[in-house]
Amino acid sequence: MKPALVPASTNPRQSVAVRLGMAMAVILAVVLLGTIFAANKYGQDAADETFDRLLRGAALQIAERILVTDGHANVDLPVSAFELLSLARTDRIFYRIIGPDGKTLTGYGDLPLPKDDKGRADQTYNTRYKGADVRAYLLRRQLAERFVSGDVKVIVAQTTTERVALARSITTQAVLTIAAAGIVLLLLVVVVMRIALRPLARVERTILDRDVNDLSPIDIAAPAEVAVLLAAINRFMRRLDRRIEAMQNFVADAAHQIRTPITALRAQLQLALDEDDPVVLARLHKRLHERTVGLGRLADQLLSHALIAHRADMAVSQELDLRRIALEAEREIRAVSDEFIQVELPDEPVAIKGDPISLREAVKNLLNNALKHGGLPVSLVVTPAQNGHACLLVRDTGAGISPEISCRIGERFASNGIGPDSAGLGLSIVSAVASSHGAVLVRRCTDDGFEIGLEFSVTAS
Amino acid sequence: MIKSVWHYCRAAFAPGRRVQTCLWGLAAIIGSAVGIAATVMNVASAGDHDFPVSADISGRLVIQSTTDYVIFSPVIEAFQQRWPDVLITYNELTTNELNNAVEHACDQNRFLGDLVISSSIDQQLKLVNDGCAQSPGPRVGASLPDWAKWRDELFGLTYEPAVTVYNKAFFADRKAPQNRFDLIDLLRESDTFRAKVGSYDIETSGVGYLFAFQDAIQASTWGRLVEGLGRNEAQLFCCTGEILERVADGRLLLGYNVLGSYALSRIGRDDRVGLVLPSDYTLIMSRAAFISRDAQQPGLARAFIDFMLSPPGRAILARDAGLLSPIDGPDRLAQLVGKAKGADPQELRPIALTPALMVGLDQAKRNIFLQQWRAALPPRHLSRHP
Repeated sequence: MKPALVPASTNPRQSVAVRLGMAMAVILAVVLLGTIFAANKYGQDAADETFDRLLRGAALQIAERILVTDGHANVDLPVSAFELLSLARTDRIFYRIIGPDGKTLTGYGDLPLPKDDKGRADQTYNTRYKGADVRAYLLRRQLAERFVSGDVKVIVAQTTTERVALARSITTQAVLTIAAAGIVLLLLVVVVMRIALRPLARVERTILDRDVNDLSPIDIAAPAEVAVLLAAINRFMRRLDRRIEAMQNFVADAAHQIRTPITALRAQLQLALDEDDPVVLARLHKRLHERTVGLGRLADQLLSHALIAHRADMAVSQELDLRRIALEAEREIRAVSDEFIQVELPDEPVAIKGDPISLREAVKNLLNNALKHGGLPVSLVVTPAQNGHACLLVRDTGAGISPEISCRIGERFASNGIGPDSAGLGLSIVSAVASSHGAVLVRRCTDDGFEIGLEFSVTAS
Repeated sequence: MIKSVWHYCRAAFAPGRRVQTCLWGLAAIIGSAVGIAATVMNVASAGDHDFPVSADISGRLVIQSTTDYVIFSPVIEAFQQRWPDVLITYNELTTNELNNAVEHACDQNRFLGDLVISSSIDQQLKLVNDGCAQSPGPRVGASLPDWAKWRDELFGLTYEPAVTVYNKAFFADRKAPQNRFDLIDLLRESDTFRAKVGSYDIETSGVGYLFAFQDAIQASTWGRLVEGLGRNEAQLFCCTGEILERVADGRLLLGYNVLGSYALSRIGRDDRVGLVLPSDYTLIMSRAAFISRDAQQPGLARAFIDFMLSPPGRAILARDAGLLSPIDGPDRLAQLVGKAKGADPQELRPIALTPALMVGLDQAKRNIFLQQWRAALPPRHLSRHP
C-alpha cells in the first residue's frame, strides 16, 4: 500500500512556487508603478509640447498681423490662427493683445499675464481663466515705427482638456502595454517555475514509489541544487539503514548469545535440583555461580556493544584528554577487580576527539581481557603525542591473542559461538570503537609479553 | 420693442382645444403655482410666450431665442405633447439683445434661461467659449455632423443656406445670376440695378455680418461684390422679411445673402419670388443652441434639444417652420430646390461651429472689416426701415 501522496503537514506558505510568484509579483508591481510615473511624465511632456506648438503658431500668426495705422498699433486677427487653435477640437480659446502703452488693444482684457514676467523672452505659462485651467503663450513683438515704439504683447491661451486627454491617452497606452507584458511575464514565470521544480516532483515521486523497506540511495538525475538535497536524503537514509541493521544484529546476536548460556544454566540447575550429594551439590553451586557471573558479563558486553554501536552514529565527538580516559577506565576496573594495574601517563595532555563513554568501554574491555587471559602484571600506558599520533596501550606478560581470534577481530563478535569468557567479544567492541573514532587497533608481541591498544590522531592543541 | 404676448393653453375641461383667450388670470395662477421669481417675470416681459399646461407642473423650461415665435411654436407644442406637465416660456429677442442679456447673466452667475437659441452663431460660440454653457453629456447630438457641434455644448439645430432671391417677373426672359460671378457681371452691366439690389445691413444684423464675414474668408469675389453693391447703391435692411417683401413687389430685383429658411417658405406660397443657391458656393448657417450653465432645468433643456434633433422634431421643423436640420439638410435642400447635385459638398459650405468664428467678433477685426464695407457702402445709402 502506498502512503498518502501529500503529507498532511505540508504548509502551503512554504511553497517555492508561491514564494517565487509573490516575489515576481512584487517586482512587477514596483516596475509598473515606476512605469506609471515615467509614462505620466512623458505623456504630459509630449502633450504639452504638441499643444504648445499650436499656441506658439497662433501667436506668431497674430503677431504678423500687427500693424500701425494713424500712429496707433492695431491688429487684424487672422482667421487661420484660430483655425490652428481649433485643431484642439474641444478646447476653449482666449486671447489678448496689449499695445505698447499697456492698454489692451483687443481680446479678453482680463486674461492674466504670467506671474513671473521674464522680460523680453516669449514664455509659456499656466493660469486660470473663466473657471478653467488654461495654458497661455505670451509673445512679444517689438514695434519701431515713427510714432509707435515698444512691445506689443500677444497672449494666446487655451483650456487644457485636449492636452490632458492626450497625456492621459499616452500614459494609459504605456501602462496598458507594460501591464500586459507584466501579465505575460507572470505567466511565463509560472511555466518556468513548473519546469524548474519538476526534478523535485520527480524525487518526491521516486521516494513515494519505493518499497517501504528500501533504504538504498536514491539515484536519479537531478540538477545541482536538487542533488544537494538528494545527497542529504541519501546520507540520512544510509544512517537509518545502518541503525536498523545494527538493531537487527543486536537482536539476533543477543538472542543467539543469551540462549546458549541460559540453556546450560537451566540444565545445571536441573542437575542441582536432582542432586542430593552435598559435595556434588557444592560443586554444582560453584559452577552455577560461575555461569551466572559469565552470563551477567555477557549481557553487560552485549549491551555495551549495542551502546557503542548506537553511539558511533549518535554521540557528538568532543575534545578530550586520552589520559583522563585511561584513568577513568582504570578506576572502574579497579572497582570490580582486585588485580593491580600499573598506569603510565605522559605529563602533557594528549588531546583527541571522540566519545568518552565508547572509549572508556573499549579500554575497560582491553583491561578485562588482559587481566583474564594475559599474564600479570597488567599495565595501562598512554604514549605522548608523536608525529600527530598517540597510543593507548594495554600490556601484559602473556602470550597474546591466538592467531585464530586475532584474524577474526572485527567480525561480528557473536557469530562464532565465542563463549562468555572469550576475549573475542571484548575485542569486537574495541574494534567497533576504533573504527568509529578513526583509530587503528594495534597489537604486537613485545619482548616480555604482549601489548594491544588504539592509535589515535592527535588534534592540534 | 414690446411684442404682443400670446398665451396658449390647453384646458383640462376641453382636451385638445386651444382657447386663445385663456388668459391672464389662469396664467397668473400657474405662474404663482410654480413660483416664478419677480426678476424672471421682468426679464421675460419683452416678447415672452408661455406654453402653460393644466396638469400638475413638474418643471418650467425657459427658452431664450432669436427665432420668431410663430416659427417655433409648432415644435414647442409638439414637445409639450410629449412632456405634458412642462410649462415652457419662450422669450424672443433680437440677436444683440439676447447676446448682451446672456453675457450679463453669465458674468453674474444669474439664471436667465435654460436654453439659449440664436442664429448669431458667432456670438453663441463666444458665449460657450466664455464658459456660459454646460454639457448635456456626450450622447446628445451624436447624429450631428462634426461641423454642427462644439465641445458637446453647442449644437446646430437648423440648416439654413444663404441664398440669392430675385423678382421672377423681371428675370422672366433672362437668367437669374447663378453665382457670384454672374452677380458681379450684372452689377457692372448698367444702371438697371441701381437701388434695386437688397442685402443685410451688416452693421445691425448679426446674421448679415456673419454671412459677409464668411464671404470675405471664402473667396476673392467679396471685394468686387462689395464694390458692385456700392456702385449700384444697394439697399440695406435689418431683416430677411423686408428684402423678400420688396423683391416680391418689385421694389427690389435682387436680394443677396438672404436667409434661406425664410426664402424657402416664401417661395412656397409666393410665386413672384425666385431663389438661387449660388453655384460657386452656398454658405450654410446652423442656428445654434446651448444649455445655460446656470440652467434650472438642464434635463428639460437637454430633452428639448434631443427632441429638435429627433426624426419627429425634425419633421415638424421642416414642415411647419421650413427649417431643415444639419442631419439631413443637404438631401432635403436638394429636394426643395429641385437640384440633383444639391448635396455637392464643394458647393454647400456649412459654417463650422469652431472658435474661428470668434475672429469676426473681435472688435479690432470688426472695425477693419466695417471700414472696408463703409468705404464701398457709405451710410447714406442706408434706407431706414423700421
